[in-house]
Amino acid sequence: MKEQAAFETGQFLTFKLDEEVYALDILQVREVLDYTTITKVPKMPKFMRGVINLRGGVVPVIDLRLKFGLDIADNTVDTCIIIMEITLDGETTLLGALADSVQEVITLDSGQIEPPPKIGTRLNTEFIKGMGKKNDDFIILLDIDRVFSSEELSLVQGDHEQKEELSQAHMA
Amino acid sequence: MNDAVQHIEVYRQEAEELLVEIEETVLDLEENPDDTEAINKLFRAMHTIKGSGAMFGFDEIAEFTHHVETTLDKVRNGDIPVSRELIDLILLSRDRINEMLNAAQKGITVTQEAGETIIASLNALQPGKTAGNPQQEKKTAPATPTRDPEAENTYRIRFSPHQDLFLSGTEPALIIEELRNLGQATIVAQWKDIPPFSSFHPESCYLYWDIILTTSKTINEIKDVFIFVEDNCDLSIELLDDDQIPVDEKEPKKIGEILLERNDLKPEDLQGVLSGQKRIGELLVEAKIIDPKLVESALAEQQHVRQVAAKQKEKQAASSIRVPADKLDTLVDLVGEMVTAQARLNQKASELNHPDLTLITEEIERLVAGLRDNTMSLRMLQIGVTFSSFKRLVRDLSNELGKEINLTTEGGETELDKTVIERLNDPLVHIIRNSIDHGIESPEVRQKAGKPKEGTIKLSAEHSGAHVAIRISDDGAGLDTEVIRAKAMERGLITSDENLTDKDIFQFIFAPGFSTAKSVTDVSGRGVGMDVVKRNVESLRGTIEIESQKGNGTTITLKLPLTLAIIDGLMVNIGNDYFILPLSSVEECVELDKKKADKVKGRNILNVRGEVVPYIRLRDQFEIQQERPELEHIVITEVNGERIGFVVDSVIGGHQTVIKSLGPAFKDIQDISGATILGDGTVALILDVNKLAR
Repeated sequence: MKEQAAFETGQFLTFKLDEEVYALDILQVREVLDYTTITKVPKMPKFMRGVINLRGGVVPVIDLRLKFGLDIADNTVDTCIIIMEITLDGETTLLGALADSVQEVITLDSGQIEPPPKIGTRLNTEFIKGMGKKNDDFIILLDIDRVFSSEELSLVQGDHEQKEELSQAHMA
Repeated sequence: MNDAVQHIEVYRQEAEELLVEIEETVLDLEENPDDTEAINKLFRAMHTIKGSGAMFGFDEIAEFTHHVETTLDKVRNGDIPVSRELIDLILLSRDRINEMLNAAQKGITVTQEAGETIIASLNALQPGKTAGNPQQEKKTAPATPTRDPEAENTYRIRFSPHQDLFLSGTEPALIIEELRNLGQATIVAQWKDIPPFSSFHPESCYLYWDIILTTSKTINEIKDVFIFVEDNCDLSIELLDDDQIPVDEKEPKKIGEILLERNDLKPEDLQGVLSGQKRIGELLVEAKIIDPKLVESALAEQQHVRQVAAKQKEKQAASSIRVPADKLDTLVDLVGEMVTAQARLNQKASELNHPDLTLITEEIERLVAGLRDNTMSLRMLQIGVTFSSFKRLVRDLSNELGKEINLTTEGGETELDKTVIERLNDPLVHIIRNSIDHGIESPEVRQKAGKPKEGTIKLSAEHSGAHVAIRISDDGAGLDTEVIRAKAMERGLITSDENLTDKDIFQFIFAPGFSTAKSVTDVSGRGVGMDVVKRNVESLRGTIEIESQKGNGTTITLKLPLTLAIIDGLMVNIGNDYFILPLSSVEECVELDKKKADKVKGRNILNVRGEVVPYIRLRDQFEIQQERPELEHIVITEVNGERIGFVVDSVIGGHQTVIKSLGPAFKDIQDISGATILGDGTVALILDVNKLAR
C-alpha cells in the first residue's frame, strides 16, 4: 500500500499547534528556521502569511493555526518556520509552515500507526495520513501534500466564503 | 560528458545552425534564382554537414547529404536550373537531415523510404533527364566557379581619361565616388600632366587616378563602373594576388617593387639608386628619376594594403566561443545574488558612515553594475534568427492555402533576452498563422479589392526604452468590429446596447474559445490561440495591442521587457510594506495632500498640469490596515498608452531589482509579478502595473 511505502523510514518531526501534537514525515522536512520577518502578500487568504527570504530565494509561509481553524497566536521564542518540500501540480517546491514550537524527531514502526479516524478531530480527515501512538498520546501524522494541494493554496480572490470564515476565526 | 559525446554534441549544434542557414539561403535563392553566391553557400553548408557527419559517425546523414551535394554541384555548374522543384527538394532534404539528426540524438533510426524518395527526385532533376524543358534552362544562373564570393580581393586600378573626357559630359568624380562605394578604396590623383597656366585648356582633363580597391566584387563588376567612359580613357585593372596582402608576419611589398609592377619605374633605375641607404622613395625623387606624386601613390598603395591586412587580423581575432546555456544561467543567478549582496553592503555602509568603507562600497557598486550589464548582454540574442524561421512557415502555409504572401522583416538585429526569444516563438507563430489564414485574402479577392495580388506580412522589431516592440502587420482584410461584436453578444460577453470602442472590441479576440472564422481549417479557426498568445506574452511581462481597419489590414504590437532577470525598479512603501514598481513604466511622481484628496471624495482623479489622471489607492487595493499619512505620493505610470497613478505613502528611490518568482503557490496571484530581496534581507513585492491598471 502507498501509505506503507511512505512510512518506510518511520521517522517523524513533531511540532505543536495549540496543545495538539502533529507530525511530518522527516523526508519532507528541509530545515527549521527561527521566526523571521514575513512580507505579507496582498489579497491572499489569511492563512497565507506571506513570503520570506531563504538564502536568496523567496519561499511562501503558511500559518498552520489559521489553516486548521485555530486562533492566531502571538509569536514566542519558540515560534518557528518549518521549511518543507511539497509537490504542487507535479512540481516540487519549498513551503514554510508556521508552528508554535518544534518538539522532536520520533521513530514509529508501522504497528504504532493507526488509520485516520473518521470523526473526532477538528481537522478535515483528508489531511491526515494516520494516527501515531507514542506512549499514551496520539500524534496526528499530516499528509502535507494534501494540506497544500494547489486548490487549497490558490483559493485566492473570489472565494469569499472561505475568507470570511477565516477572518471570523481570526476575530474569535 | 566524455569526449566523444561532447564532439557529437558540437556536431549536432553546428549542423543545426547550418540547417537554419540552408533554409534561409534556399528561400533567398527562390527570390533571386540568379544568385550564384547563394548556391555556393548552400553547397558549402551541405558539404560541411556531409564531411563532419562522416567524421563523427553520422554515416546515414553523410550519405544522404552526399546526394544533395552532388545535385547542388550540378546547379553550381549550371547543369541544373534553379526551379521551384529544386527549391522544394532542397527544403525537403533539409527537413530530412534535421529529422535524422533528431533521431540520432534519441538513438532511433529513421525509415529509409522517405530519404530514398528525395534522392530519387534529386536524381531525376539531373540534366538529360529534364532536358526537355528549355524554359527552365533559360533561368540557369551563370556560374563563376573559381571565385569564392565571401572573399575580398584587392585591385589596382589606373584610370587615365583622355584629354577630351569632359567633352562627353562625364564627371570623373562621380565614377570615383562609385568605386569608393564598392569597397575600401584608397585614391590618389595624379596631376603631373597639368601644363603651365599659359597653355592650360579649361575643357581638357589633365588628371589621372591611381585607385587601390579592396572589394568582394569581381573585376567585371568594377569594369562596369567605367562602362560609359571606356572609349575615352585608358583603364588598367589588375588583381593583386592574395599573397600580396600580408595576413601574418609577412612584410608588405617594398615601395620599389610596387613602382616596378606599375611600370612607373625601370628596374635599372631602381638598381641605380638602391646602392644609397636612404628610403627608397626619397632616393628616387631626389634622383629625379620619378615624379614625387607617383611615389606618393605607391606609398598610398602600401598603406592601403597594410590597412586591409590589419582589418583581416581583426576579423580573425573577433571570434566567438560556444558556451552551454545553463552555464550562462548559473552566471546570471550568481550575478543576481551579487546584486542583492551589494545592496546589503550599501545599506550597512550608509549606516556605519565610515569614509573608507563608503569608498570601497561605491567602487563595488560600480563594478557590480558593469558585471550585471555585461552578464545580461551575454544572454542577449538577435531576434533575426526567429524572424527568418518564419519565412519557411509563411512559404509553406501560403502554398497550402493558395495565397501569395511576401514576408518582410525589419530590425532583425534587435537584441532580446534568450528566454524571451525562446518563449516568444509560439505566440509569433500563432499570430502569423492567423494573418495568413484570416488576414490575407486569396489573390482573386485581393485583385477585386484593388490590392496587389501578393499580400505582405511585415515583421519588425525595435527598441523603445526598456522594452522591445515587435510588430506583426499584414495588409489583409483587417478585423471586422461588427462581426466580433455580434459574436461577443452571441457568447454573452456583452449586451447589445453596450457602447464600446474598437479597441475594446478587439480585446474579445483574446477571450478563450473566441473565433469568428466560419469554418475551421487545419491552420486556425478553432478559437484556441489568441488567449494562449496573450497569456504567453503576459507571462513574459509583456503587453499586446491590436490596431486594425476593416479592409486595410491588422497590426499586432507586442511590447516585451528586454530581460526577465533584473530590472530597474522604483521602491515605494505603504505602511511597513515595501513594493517595487518597474521603473520603465513610471513617468513621474507627485504629492497628494490628504485634505485636498478628501475634498474630491469618491472621485479618484488627479489634475496633472491640466491632464486628467485617474489613480488607484494601493492601500485600499491591498487592504493594508494602517492610518494614512498626511502627505501621500502618487506614482504616475504609463500603461498601454494611458496614464494612471498609484497612491503610496512615500517614494524611497531607485532599486536594482533581481526578480524572484513567487513560485507555484502564488500562480493565480493577479497584481504581483514577482518578488525581490532588499538590502536588509526582507522581501519586497514587485507590482504588476498592467494588471493593477485594469
